[in-house]
Amino acid sequence: MELDVFHLFLWEPIAFAETPFEFSRVSLLMMVVALVAIAFFFSGAARQDRVPKGMQLYAETGYSFVRNNIAIDIIGPNGAKYAPFLASLFFFIFFANLPEIIPGINFPVTSRMALPALLALTSYVVFNFVGIKKSGLRYFKDVAFPPGVPWPIYFVLTPIEILSTFVIRPLTLAIRLFANMMAGHVLLTIFFLFTHELLIHGSLLQRPLGIVTLAVAVLLIVFEFMVISIQAYIFTTLTAFYIAEAEHGHGEEEHAEQEATDTHPEAIRETELAPA
Amino acid sequence: MFELAQEAGTSTGDGLATLAGGLAFGLAAVGAAIGIGNVFSNAIQAMARQPETAGQTRTTMFLGFALIEALALIGFVLTFIL
Repeated sequence: MELDVFHLFLWEPIAFAETPFEFSRVSLLMMVVALVAIAFFFSGAARQDRVPKGMQLYAETGYSFVRNNIAIDIIGPNGAKYAPFLASLFFFIFFANLPEIIPGINFPVTSRMALPALLALTSYVVFNFVGIKKSGLRYFKDVAFPPGVPWPIYFVLTPIEILSTFVIRPLTLAIRLFANMMAGHVLLTIFFLFTHELLIHGSLLQRPLGIVTLAVAVLLIVFEFMVISIQAYIFTTLTAFYIAEAEHGHGEEEHAEQEATDTHPEAIRETELAPA
Repeated sequence: MFELAQEAGTSTGDGLATLAGGLAFGLAAVGAAIGIGNVFSNAIQAMARQPETAGQTRTTMFLGFALIEALALIGFVLTFIL
């Protein structure tokens, strides 16, 4: 197989070269994705009908999904003030992952570590800031020494807690998103490459195998759409969970989860017209 | 087995690194497969026993799936690093 694909991995700058503002086609795609996410909500907020339809319906449904099912369910009744941040996170990650299955682009912007690392850093700063704003410097003491535990256990528990909260959380947030997107991209690339080689340059016996790989590639696109949605949802849900822990204090997770499964008064979920 | 890996790289060190990369993802996938099977089987049982909490159960099921999948994919990324 003779494949010259290495030129695809060199992203030369396509504008403003040799200056600090230069960007390659991947950065251009990142900017386009951000503009799409902004335009989605701007066009959704343009009209304010009582009975939404069209773009307003999509934007409102999407936002109310994040606000009700992620922010309020996980953080509690006063989680609505984090809903704009969580909705921005959710929709930006969703629109950034989407180019993976758009034919012609086929490159998820989040499949290189820069963007997931930045998003994980943002979540890290936000949930630590919430904790510090809530209980001042006592937040670090609560993280390192969770209350309600006999003191000899602190020798084992404290390093684990510190590592888990301040190192493992942002790391796994970033790696989870990056590895899922890179693995999906590599999988799709391999199957389309096989299809191209077997169907076009292959012998007559290899053609049916090319059809099979094409069918699998199409099925993988559908599967990747599910992975894209799940990864955006998981990133947002975990960020909401970390914010909830920082707000309610560690060790009271049972209380927060109990609140999440209680039925909320109708006043909070003002967008639901039917009883839950 | 080491000779095959040695042909892939330019020296024994490179060959062993390639071998280690292949083993990394294979072993990671075993644990992840068992874990995900556990999560989904328990979720199916829970949804069958109490259908009215199917929504909440499905949400938690996806959460558990993504957390376990992350570990398997860390192994996948290690294959490319090694």
